[in-house]
Amino acid sequence: MTERGFTRSAHRAVGAKIFGGLLAGLLAVVGFGGSAHAQGSGSATLDAVKARGQLVCGVSGDVAGFSLPDSKGVMQGIDAEVCRAVAAAVLGDPSKVKFVPLTTQNRFTALQSGEIDLLSRETTWTLGRQASLGFLFAPTYFYDGTGFLVKKSLGVSDVKQLDGATICVQPGTSTELAIADYFRANNLKFTPIEIENLQQIQQAFLSGRCDAYSTDSSALAGFRYTQGDKASDFVLLPTIISKEPLAPAVRKGDDKWFDIVQWVLFAMMTAEELGVSQSNVDTFATSTVPDVRRLLGADGDLGKALGLDNKWAYNVVKQVGNMGDVWNRAIAPLGVPRGINAPWTKGGLEYAPPMR
Amino acid sequence: MAEANIAAAGAAPLPARERPPANIVGPVAWARTNLFSTWWSTAITLVLLYLILRAGWGFISWGLIHAVWTVPQGANGPDTSSCRAAIGIGACWAAIGEKYRFMLFGFYPFSQQWRPAIVVLLFVGLFLISANRRFWRKELALIWIVTMIVIGVLMWGGILGLPHVAQDQWGGLPITLILATFGLALAFPLSVFVALGRRSTKLPAVKMLCVAYVELIRGVPLISLLFMASVMFPLFLPEGMDIDKLLRAQVAIILFAGAYLAEVVRAGLQALPKGQGEAADALGLSYWKKTFLIILPQALRLVIPPLVNTFIGFFKDTSLVLIIGIFDLLKSGITAIADPNWQGFGNEMYVTLAIIYFVFCFAMSKYSRGLERELDRARRR
Repeated sequence: MTERGFTRSAHRAVGAKIFGGLLAGLLAVVGFGGSAHAQGSGSATLDAVKARGQLVCGVSGDVAGFSLPDSKGVMQGIDAEVCRAVAAAVLGDPSKVKFVPLTTQNRFTALQSGEIDLLSRETTWTLGRQASLGFLFAPTYFYDGTGFLVKKSLGVSDVKQLDGATICVQPGTSTELAIADYFRANNLKFTPIEIENLQQIQQAFLSGRCDAYSTDSSALAGFRYTQGDKASDFVLLPTIISKEPLAPAVRKGDDKWFDIVQWVLFAMMTAEELGVSQSNVDTFATSTVPDVRRLLGADGDLGKALGLDNKWAYNVVKQVGNMGDVWNRAIAPLGVPRGINAPWTKGGLEYAPPMR
Repeated sequence: MAEANIAAAGAAPLPARERPPANIVGPVAWARTNLFSTWWSTAITLVLLYLILRAGWGFISWGLIHAVWTVPQGANGPDTSSCRAAIGIGACWAAIGEKYRFMLFGFYPFSQQWRPAIVVLLFVGLFLISANRRFWRKELALIWIVTMIVIGVLMWGGILGLPHVAQDQWGGLPITLILATFGLALAFPLSVFVALGRRSTKLPAVKMLCVAYVELIRGVPLISLLFMASVMFPLFLPEGMDIDKLLRAQVAIILFAGAYLAEVVRAGLQALPKGQGEAADALGLSYWKKTFLIILPQALRLVIPPLVNTFIGFFKDTSLVLIIGIFDLLKSGITAIADPNWQGFGNEMYVTLAIIYFVFCFAMSKYSRGLERELDRARRR
């Protein structure tokens, strides 16, 4: 009787082992394919992406507004849109993206090891990451930073009015340091209320234990948005006290690939500046404005210079949209004001070099 | 009762009020002896009863009476204002209704999600068949192989007109079941050999190897092993070649579970009286025959409770893969409620996830108790 007990486990194991072998074999077949070294563009990554027919893009997959699957499992958010824009430029199809959800711990290894072609994971561009991790950062597509949320009834409209306030903050974060630095520099006083758990800290703020709640401004906007009807009871102060420029990153050593990623974003900014958007791009087909003609590939060889089709920017704008379209789709629903993320022509920081 | 009546009838006439002694048998008697025997225990019983009823009522009121089951669909997705109004008063099960498919199947293409749904049913069916001792024969191995192939075909597709779905799009419950099933099914035989190797007296090198394996793996947390597999391992591979993340995590779980199970199996081997092995030797059985016919059947029977304990532990430990970005059941559930529309409904999601985990774990523990009783019959006789 007991002997058969063991036999059962053995059977189980045999079946599982055979399937395991199958699994390993199949995975090996699927896993390779990144190492194509075809002749042509001079960019190993571009060749690999074209050979694969798919862009492998690292995202976070769990931050609303940046990259978060909707109820149907489709990745939404500005990080995901950046991936789609690059795919549209390179492959002519924004759906040819494989999203790899990464954590803050394994995101850099994934890029270094070549597991992903592009890291678009709300990553702050810093000197250390560029110099010692060996990454190149394409232009900033989101200027984030530490902000403050207060109740409207407090009647505060500027951070400097928060002298002597109690501020809810998560301990051990860069936010905590940023606030301390800022208040010291401005000769102001504040009492921190440190709460580790996110839900608890939000609860503390709602119940009035602190005058202000401080963290990344995009997260604050998201939190305010989740308050539904009560959202208008809270004010996001306009001052941002630390710099968190978020930019996509690629590996060093493949400059042509870096050019492509960089100029895809610049093309989206340029399109917005020129008023070319997803909905009206086709009406510009007969445009006589030289900048528009160059952008959409009617004149010049900008696409060829990058090793792409001349219609690359048209594809990006038509299939994904310009920077404003992406913002309106991904970030605006969170209630985040455009602020410094507006184009330079509207007083923001988004400034693309000339496309010629 | 009848005896009591006869006794009462036979005795001297008593007042008509006399009744059978309800204070010896029956629920009232049980309550009186166990819950209300002294004034002190009566007080404790009443206080606990109050607390239990209060908590139970609170849960029913939150989860059923004041719960919001559906929300209207607006132009920009669901309108969750009725749920928001009920926060703190009633549960918002509409959140689960909206998100259950992502929770269960993650990034698997929406239109193809019937495939992982069948896979889950296949897994459950496989567990039920394997659990039934009537099916413990050679054909079971065949059933496993066929089921595994069907599961593979369903999940990957690419043939029979099913679109191909790469394994990085798998998620939710199938991932949890795959990691747990393969993890334990492969770790168990591994652990038996490691346990045998560790007790080997004639092969010192093998013994050293087994000791080193067990101690090394047991000496580090599962999280660090998963990190090694996910973060360090790819750096050792040539650029462009990458072994799938899921496979790496699976191997890490197998190795980890193997080390723990090996120690459990070794405990069983050690508990077995030496005479059993010596008797087998005296009969002239070879080492393998002795091990598989005499030693292991008895040793494994002894360690069913700790084995199942480890199995249950590992079923839940698979949720740790969330830290390397694999969307198992837990991670999919957490991600689903990060949606700004549905933020703040974490309790509902966690309750649902807890129920799913509980069903699987409780089934395992219930089954092991039955198995233990059945296999122990020989000894009790």
